[in-house]
Amino acid sequence: MLRYLLRRLLLTIPVLLGVATLVFALIHLVPGDPARSMLGEGATEEEIARLQEALGLNRPLPVQYAAFLAGVARGDLGRSFRYGTPVTQEIRDKLVRTIQLALAAMAVAILFAIPLGIVAAVFRGTAVDHAAMTLALVGISMPNFWLGPLLAILFAVRLAWLPVAGTGTLAHLVLPAVTLGAALSAILARMTRASLLEELRELYVLAARARGLSRTRAVLHHAFRNSLIPVVTIIGLQFGAVLTGTIITETIFAWPGVGRLLIQAINFRDYPLVQGCILFISVTYVLMNLLTDLTYGLLDPRIRYD
Amino acid sequence: MIRVGFVIVALAVFVAIAGPFLSAYDPNAQELARRLEGPSLSHPLGLDELGRDILARILAGARVSLLVGLVVVTISSVTGMFFGSVAGYFGGRVDDVISRVVDVLMAFPGILLAIALVAVLGPSLRNVVLALSVIGWVGYARLVRGQALRAREFEFVQAARALGAGSPRIVLRHVLPTAFPSVVVQATLGMAGAIIAEAALSFLGLGVQPPTPSWGTMLDAGRSHLFDAPHLTIFPGVAIAILVLGFNFLGDGLRDRIDPKMSQ
Repeated sequence: MLRYLLRRLLLTIPVLLGVATLVFALIHLVPGDPARSMLGEGATEEEIARLQEALGLNRPLPVQYAAFLAGVARGDLGRSFRYGTPVTQEIRDKLVRTIQLALAAMAVAILFAIPLGIVAAVFRGTAVDHAAMTLALVGISMPNFWLGPLLAILFAVRLAWLPVAGTGTLAHLVLPAVTLGAALSAILARMTRASLLEELRELYVLAARARGLSRTRAVLHHAFRNSLIPVVTIIGLQFGAVLTGTIITETIFAWPGVGRLLIQAINFRDYPLVQGCILFISVTYVLMNLLTDLTYGLLDPRIRYD
Repeated sequence: MIRVGFVIVALAVFVAIAGPFLSAYDPNAQELARRLEGPSLSHPLGLDELGRDILARILAGARVSLLVGLVVVTISSVTGMFFGSVAGYFGGRVDDVISRVVDVLMAFPGILLAIALVAVLGPSLRNVVLALSVIGWVGYARLVRGQALRAREFEFVQAARALGAGSPRIVLRHVLPTAFPSVVVQATLGMAGAIIAEAALSFLGLGVQPPTPSWGTMLDAGRSHLFDAPHLTIFPGVAIAILVLGFNFLGDGLRDRIDPKMSQ
């Protein structure tokens, strides 16, 4: 296991380096001069020169790259152009909200998807199965930037049960969490169904039934438990999708997290903050995938020897 | 399912081509006095915040969505097939380099990279296509690489090599065709992905710029009128969901045909 762990960790290093390089390259893709673009049309040459100096853009590219990597290693992502504060501080301030939202969305998805997948598998081929899987497909096809406003129209505007946007109470979390969790829920329901169907074909389920176990008990206590391994993997792998989904969901519901911070930074051409948010989200994504792989290796010894 | 998908996609293509003839209104013509008016006989889906006919704009938006989808999928699949087949067929150092690039791009959450690219390049239809193609090709490359790795061991490929066929000919005539069915499935599902991604970027203000009608920008405009004019949000969303569902149905159906195990 230790060897597998080390190998996986070593393989992650070049990927992280690649991600950091890509993020570094971003600011240099800005057409023309990034400093000029940030300051806008009315800026004087002196102001532009000062900003170039502050951002280190007047140094040779390899020096800038080395300084960027050294900064990243120290957790220093520069200063926000708009707020004048360190980028890491801006991200840290918004992080709790994003984690809250992501976890709530995953909880909503799991609570809804697993029962749906089980019912679809147990009643395979019936109208119940078709209805459940059509619902899942609709969930996948329904973009969150539409589902969010629709839920807001129904539950906040028409029924006035929930607040339309903002933060403060638990009620504020409901609509963003459902919006963000819907697509994951659809994927999980399909996965649970497929995985449970595989297990239900196994002989140990037949043996359990032959020993006189009820169908419910055979499904829930035997087949379902084993079918969970791939489902857990998908949950881990999908955390990244949930994380990026927060960008849109937070924008819709004015939820003050890292995703909304990124979009605001883009609108203000605050490139250091844009870089910081993107680096932060993608590194979290890579590390979550690593964690999923390691958990999977722990759950299923065959993976370690591949 | 595959039939439903086909009908939806065929209808959307028809609408995209015949759009201007299907509606009596110009998608950009404004009737400010009647702004935000709900559905009526003269305007079946109502009018938007500038008094423009929503039906006419949805029909015109279909053209943008399908065009973006088609261009992105074409660029991505051709690029992905090229790099995937080269990596899989030649192996060795070439494979190492291509695979590492693919690994890094795969490690990046797709939509985030697209947002990042459009954020620095500037919002426009061209940059959306560019950003979505940059993230799109890696999926095809990985798929085709796997198929090419298998295909190079096939007897007919070895026979072609023994007969003296050159590498480009073997890749084009013998290796790529074995990957083609999977690529078609991926491309169909990729259309759905590209349409959603374009709408998402436009929704965030990073995609198609006004006044060009795009379903994403229409949804973005609707956000300010959830209370007084929900029809601005409802109808463009229905259009996106139906078209995406159509491509998903079609893609799923095609996959079931190619690999019947998937439908079980």
